[in-house]
Amino acid sequence: MTSDQNTPASATGAGRAGRGLSRRHLLFGGAAAGLGAAAAAGAGVGILTVQQSTAAVTPPVEVVPNGAETVPFYGAHQAGIAVIPQSHATHIAVDLAAGTDRASLVRMMQILTDDAARLSQGQHALADSEPELATVPARLTVTFGFGHEFVTRAAGVVPSWLRPLPAFGVDRLEDAWTGGDFLMIVAADDPLTVAHATRMLLKDTRSFGTVRWTQAGFRRAPGSEKPGTTMRNLFGQVDGTVNPHTQDTDFDQLVWSQGDPAWMAGGTSFVLRRIHMNLDKWDLLDRSGREQSVGRDLANGAPLTGINETDEPDFTAVTPIGFPVIPEFSHIRRARSDNPAERIHRRGYNYDDTPNPGSVSNSGLLFGSYQADVDKQFVPIQKRLDDLDLLNEWITPIGSAVFAIPPGCAETGFIGESLLA
Amino acid sequence: MKFRTATTITALAAAAMLTLAGCAGTTTAAETSTAAPEADSLTIQDAWVKAADSGMSAAFGTLENASDTDLVVTGVESAASTTMQLHETVENESGAMVMREKDGGFTIPAGGSFELAPGGNHLMLMDLTAPITAGTDVDFTLTLEDGSTYEFTAPAKDYTGANENYEGGDMDMDMGTGTPTDSMDMGN
Ligand code: HEM
Ligand SMILES: [Cu+2]
Repeated sequence: MTSDQNTPASATGAGRAGRGLSRRHLLFGGAAAGLGAAAAAGAGVGILTVQQSTAAVTPPVEVVPNGAETVPFYGAHQAGIAVIPQSHATHIAVDLAAGTDRASLVRMMQILTDDAARLSQGQHALADSEPELATVPARLTVTFGFGHEFVTRAAGVVPSWLRPLPAFGVDRLEDAWTGGDFLMIVAADDPLTVAHATRMLLKDTRSFGTVRWTQAGFRRAPGSEKPGTTMRNLFGQVDGTVNPHTQDTDFDQLVWSQGDPAWMAGGTSFVLRRIHMNLDKWDLLDRSGREQSVGRDLANGAPLTGINETDEPDFTAVTPIGFPVIPEFSHIRRARSDNPAERIHRRGYNYDDTPNPGSVSNSGLLFGSYQADVDKQFVPIQKRLDDLDLLNEWITPIGSAVFAIPPGCAETGFIGESLLA
Repeated sequence: MKFRTATTITALAAAAMLTLAGCAGTTTAAETSTAAPEADSLTIQDAWVKAADSGMSAAFGTLENASDTDLVVTGVESAASTTMQLHETVENESGAMVMREKDGGFTIPAGGSFELAPGGNHLMLMDLTAPITAGTDVDFTLTLEDGSTYEFTAPAKDYTGANENYEGGDMDMDMGTGTPTDSMDMGN
């Protein structure tokens, strides 16, 4: 695409463009600008008009803004886990106040469930002081999680894995990003929507606890790429290729709890690792070194033994001088278990915060993963990566938290009722 | 859960037994008459009440009239407050917004609705009998002109707005806040 979208139509001879081109092309194809048509966003909300110097009669085209899209809130599972990841996600951990007992937790979860259900459908919450900000749901989901302390206060059976992860050699954990009694993940394709929902939900947790940490992450903006395109992290890597997908036959088994303990049936677990990525050090590494560290091609994420992103890596392939093409110390070799049950559903977000004095970046990955059982699935992988992973040269876990994600609920119920009701 | 404020009697019974927060309305005819009781046509949507430790508070929502004649709410009661009033918010002589009892009650137009919102009309709890904590359900009973009543439940929400001054703040009434001009302060 060579011509500037802002070039006035008259200056680029746009008269030609209307012919033989569908409106769709004009609106969504880069072709429009390339051919010299200047598509200008109309002033009206949701209306895009195509301006032409010849004043040809081109009716305004209705564009359905993606901000109107919604994700169902109610269901067997909580929203926000299996849905195509939204562009923005804010993770919030709350420490419960001393006086927050089981009865308080019931009240809190009923209020928050109501807030989340309304906001996710583009309706303002009760007592919403900025109701106008609620009108663009943009696929908003709110996912609730319970820490060890929450379940203890609820007098419920604590899942065996609901506790801090074992200490790993690579860990440099900071208190500021670690632990928490109660989790909310607020995700949407629009950051203003996330901010409003986050504020509304936090206003309704004031009586029950205080914010321990919030961690906001992002992916590409909606519409920048085809929906479902694997994200890139700030190392430039295609990140998320090998991941159980909802349509996979074993997704349910890998992700959803089968009911151990009973109140968790249909729930899952969430591990959040805040992993600092040392971009300055990464800069020192040449391209082939970068690709070797993961075992994948940077251009399209293909394994070093393949051509396309989704090609199966061939860990047995060797170079002419006998070394594995995908090094044994590479991230994907180390992260893959021979045991197919040791898999996790990753749902990471990039973070890019204010650099510390004397530095130009403070970036990394909010590595989030869902799995039915933390100890059986996540821990063995992290253990192997802790023992050996070339990528460890450039990454450092600085935060860690584990939460039980209770199942979803029906319209008459509330999130957490299997534990609290 | 989405708090429902306009479900039927049967739904109320089931919801209230399952959870603490079944929010629903019921109607009772106060008089035996051939015409349907007025309360049958009344519902409230999105009801909520401001959480407060003591003193005053207020409840909000949207009253809806399904009938083809106007309805007038003449009174409100709740176990949560010794006294309740129907309030409007108006500008006083000095230009300040103050709330006061609404003469003649709330008229909900035929087939229309009547908004109860912070800074506007509201159901005023004049003196709480106990703290209303966030997430608690508070029951209210509205009385209509024909004497029929409509009951609903509103969840309590933490809300720092709705601090209108009460025009009768110097009246002989225990507001629990002790300030010269009583306001709906939550005491935090
Ligand atoms: C900043 C930290 C990390 C970065 C930059 C990173 C990056 C990557 C990249 C580029 C891939 C290859 C593409 C893909 O399949 O997604 C990958 C795969 C993978 N990563 Fe990571 N990763 C990080 C941390 C972790 C952690 C903490 C775990 C788990 C404890 C993990 C588990 C995996 C798994 C299971 C795979 C798929 C391996 C396979 O092919 O079977 N990663 N990661
Ligand atoms: Cu008042």
